[in-house]
Amino acid sequence: MMADITLENVSVEFPIFNANGRSLTSRILEVATGGKLDRDPDGRVVVQALEDLSMTIESGERVAIIGHNGAGKSTLLRTLNRVYVPTSGRAMVNGSVASLIDINLGINPEATGRENIHVRAALLGFSKKDISQKIAEIIEFSELGDFIEMPVRTYSTGMNLRLAFAVSTIVRPEILLMDEWLSVGDEEFTNKAEARLMELVDATKILVIASHSRELIEKVCNRVIWLERGRVVMDGPTEKVVSAYFGK
Amino acid sequence: MSSMLFVLRLSILLGWQDVKQAYRRSAIGPFWITGGMAVQVATMSLVFGLIFKADLKHYLPFLAISIVLWGFISASLTDGSNSFINADQIIRQLPLSPFVHTLRAFWKSIFTLAHNAIILPIVLVAVLQPIGLQTLLVIPGLILLALNLNWISMILAIASVRFRDLPPIVTSILTIAFYVTPVMWYPELIGNNTVAHFLLGLNPLYHLIQIVRLPLLNQMPTADNWYLSALFACVGWLVAILVVRRYQHKIAYWV
Repeated sequence: MMADITLENVSVEFPIFNANGRSLTSRILEVATGGKLDRDPDGRVVVQALEDLSMTIESGERVAIIGHNGAGKSTLLRTLNRVYVPTSGRAMVNGSVASLIDINLGINPEATGRENIHVRAALLGFSKKDISQKIAEIIEFSELGDFIEMPVRTYSTGMNLRLAFAVSTIVRPEILLMDEWLSVGDEEFTNKAEARLMELVDATKILVIASHSRELIEKVCNRVIWLERGRVVMDGPTEKVVSAYFGK
Repeated sequence: MSSMLFVLRLSILLGWQDVKQAYRRSAIGPFWITGGMAVQVATMSLVFGLIFKADLKHYLPFLAISIVLWGFISASLTDGSNSFINADQIIRQLPLSPFVHTLRAFWKSIFTLAHNAIILPIVLVAVLQPIGLQTLLVIPGLILLALNLNWISMILAIASVRFRDLPPIVTSILTIAFYVTPVMWYPELIGNNTVAHFLLGLNPLYHLIQIVRLPLLNQMPTADNWYLSALFACVGWLVAILVVRRYQHKIAYWV
């Protein structure tokens, strides 16, 4: 099985509604008053997050997305994750996708560590059977011990991260999306986490990671796409794009 | 594909977590929810029993069922209309079916209903309310009610994520609906007034409540109650499916 990604003239436009555009009552008033109540009846401004993007990513590629804040990196990742269906153009993503963009997603501080593992793993698409098979391993990896039966709000930041990391990295997708490398502060835990993440990345066919870290990109990626204002500025082998973007 | 099963399982899990959340720090646990409803039933049956000069033996079971049922309907529609707004983080990160979020709100109200329903057997036994075979009709009644609540929630949820002033409007409409629908007053009270009869017949909530409430009171809902509830579900789902098809990809943009 091959995994690949093809974007054909993909644009993603966000409508930005002002208070009137968001309001049903002012819409109705507009109709009732013949639209004369509001000078800006639609209240619509469009933000172009991605503009006419075309690219192909094949199996084996480790792609870094670089660019300044607001360049469209996150939007591109979410488009690849099928969260945003392009407003125009086509995005074809073949293969199972998993995103490690926000590993804290769905973590409820009032629930216990164990309950959170169940919810988080279910959100990631695991079945009840899968979860009960993996839960011992997840708990062991997180090194939380008996704390797993305590509400997450009693955890330290480090424990919180360990839990989120341990459960999020059980995925084995063909296409992996990341927003920066996951760093799990805890000194002792770091090596173990690093090894697990490398193993996960090695097992995927395509990695797409948004990053600001030159060191990381040079270590992990073999292709870099430089975005600015939703357009591709440069796309090519790591060395070439990195030195153009960060300087020699 | 197993995706329908996935949606069902995930929404039940999330809905159950939401219910647990409501009583997590309470010492009496789930009965915290039921207790509030029981107090409401007790005070309302006393006050309105006196106002309507109703015989408590008949009024108490009628009101208890109505209040529990209305609590379910109104919670499921208010939470339903907020279901995408509340799930904004998940929607921006994961490409889940929109039904996960509306069903999550639905299951939450179902689980709450299950807690509150404990009041009913107690009340029914206390007033020696007879039950018979037709009491079993409560099951198709509930299913038909649930089918209707789900399509309404889906349409409200999509509209609410686009028009953010809709959820408070829904709350206001539900408050009005509580008074114009025979929830705490007997439908028979309108007597022979043909206009009122006609208007009541047009109120879908009336029929939906009747198909659940009457079986529990050991009475048969009318054929009209059943037909109109079923018709409402079919037409509603047809519209809802069209709306979902048209707008499901917009939800992530609007949220």
